[in-house]
Amino acid sequence: MNVTMVPAVEVAALKDTTLLNMGIFALFVAVTMVIVFRASRNNKTAADYYAAGRSFTGSQNGTAIAGDYLSAASFLGITGAIAINGYDGFLYSIGFLVAWLVALLLVAELLRNTGKFTMADVLSFRLRQRPVRIAAALSTLAVCFFYLLAQMAGAGSLISLLLGISDWGGQALVIIVVGALMIMYVLIGGMKGTTWVQIIKAILLIAGAAVMTAMVLAIYGFNLSSLLGSAAEAANNPAVLNPGLQYGKTETSKLDFMSLGLALVLGTAALPHVLMRFYTVPTAKEARKSVVWAIWLIGLFYLFTLVLGYGAAALVGAETIKSAPGGVNSAAPLLAFHLGGPLLLGFISAVAFATILAVVAGLTITAAASFAHDIYANVISKGKADATAEVKVARRTVVVIGVLAILGGIFANGQNVAFLVALAFAVAASANLPTIVYSLFWKKFTTQGAVWSMYGGLAAAILLIAFSPVVSGAKTSMIQGANFAIFPLSNPGIVSIPLAFFLGWLGTVLDKRREDPAKQAEMEVRSLTGIGAEKAVDH
Amino acid sequence: MGNEAHPHDAAASVDFQEVQQTEQFRTLRKRHRSFVFPMAVIFLLWYFAYVLLAAYAVEFMSTKVWGNINVGLILGLLQFVTTFGITAWYVSYSNRKLDPIAAEIRIGIEGHQFDKDGNMIQGEAK
Repeated sequence: MNVTMVPAVEVAALKDTTLLNMGIFALFVAVTMVIVFRASRNNKTAADYYAAGRSFTGSQNGTAIAGDYLSAASFLGITGAIAINGYDGFLYSIGFLVAWLVALLLVAELLRNTGKFTMADVLSFRLRQRPVRIAAALSTLAVCFFYLLAQMAGAGSLISLLLGISDWGGQALVIIVVGALMIMYVLIGGMKGTTWVQIIKAILLIAGAAVMTAMVLAIYGFNLSSLLGSAAEAANNPAVLNPGLQYGKTETSKLDFMSLGLALVLGTAALPHVLMRFYTVPTAKEARKSVVWAIWLIGLFYLFTLVLGYGAAALVGAETIKSAPGGVNSAAPLLAFHLGGPLLLGFISAVAFATILAVVAGLTITAAASFAHDIYANVISKGKADATAEVKVARRTVVVIGVLAILGGIFANGQNVAFLVALAFAVAASANLPTIVYSLFWKKFTTQGAVWSMYGGLAAAILLIAFSPVVSGAKTSMIQGANFAIFPLSNPGIVSIPLAFFLGWLGTVLDKRREDPAKQAEMEVRSLTGIGAEKAVDH
Repeated sequence: MGNEAHPHDAAASVDFQEVQQTEQFRTLRKRHRSFVFPMAVIFLLWYFAYVLLAAYAVEFMSTKVWGNINVGLILGLLQFVTTFGITAWYVSYSNRKLDPIAAEIRIGIEGHQFDKDGNMIQGEAK
């Protein structure tokens, strides 16, 4: 293969592989459906439905976390970002990985020891139940909504690339099919089925990326330097190897980049669907093992995306990628087609579809659990609802959220999905992280502090996004032809995260009520020792 | 709420404030915090130093070191190395310094032990 020439990838030829793509995807759906059915046989209690009976091992859960985390945003978005913007795309993956240290050191084990099903369990442990639970549930729903939007946007661009469907109705139909499948998984399988889908998908995704990475490196004699050289040559711009191509243009964009960095590193440990995964293991030690597994798998995968991104730049070319249906997000599928023809493209596309399906399933069950467990069971029926009624509400919520996700997906446009996910991270880091950290480590923290921090962080993040160039006033904005972007940055993190920490502190020092010190003692002792933490129920 | 969230809890009748004041628990808390807090500060500073360099020291980051591999790429890959390193270090620290003492306190209160899957070895299953 001639290394210096950029070979043309015939985008039109991709349509011929549609049947193959669909075949591979259908196989994945069939296999996972069987597993979900088998796994769901023992779903009886709320712990079974929300937390998979706490019966997964650390390594299984770690793989599932990687499956949850390595969403379409990571695979399609980061590969595309590196292919187009070079080094600046790589910065996403570093933030996404380093963030796991916050989860490992400060959150995972303590959370496993103090909670039961949802993030709100931990946040409301020693504070007043009602206000804190409602706030935590609302922020959970908000984060899940943004994350769902990103996944569905990814589904849209993937469909337009693979099926050559560019008309609105056709894309909508496929999104409806994907959404309906996801509802099935979650309804039938609960957390156990969802977890198995994540595990299978993580293995396929990481294996697929590994094969592609090896193929790209083999073309360049396993010499990273000559791959980079070829990418720079193909781009006709040596700056793709340097930081600053995307974010270095102006002082505002540099600040935007700092804001993104902050949101990425502090967001992970506050994502409700990641936090909920820690309840599927029996002990804090297994929760720790989960994170360790996840860190290794995720780190390895991001190293692959570095090679794949520059590989796509060198072998496919930025111009071809940008002009393909699906745009930036099509870099990885196009590279797969270049490397291994229709079969590899079919495999990679099916995996990417599966990724969206699995992540959407994980988000849906998190949102449903939060609504049923926090709002319905603890607030509306004040803890008097039995577990059966609660699970019934959860299942109904799944259908509602599924329908909302389908509608969101139909209307979500072709923004880079890594970028949309970064917004979800900003909302999570602003609304959740300060309260998680304060309630685990700050003795004097009060209900008022928690409520101010959560609502303040949530409102600040969402308002700043609404008045940012993401929504209006720029070429790529969601609402075209309008300009009410009074906030210059695309990512709100640099303002909303410190603000939420400040509000948590302010609310606490101004609070005249004091929290029960016995509850604080109980939470602290439980969190560090695991006393009374609910163990596995299915052995 | 703790007691409500754990209805059949062996630990429901424990005076946690008393436990919190014991020498053993204070040692555990000190060991945990004296590791995780400094470590969190270190890796966050290192990460933000890297992000600042990438935003404001583009020329330095673009310095070629070996072939087409520049300082920025090396620092980026070092972020991976330190993340893996801190992870391994924390696991070894917890296994040596945190888990044994946490298990002692737990056994002292609950009066039974759990195997690695969380099954009770002795005592009454829920």
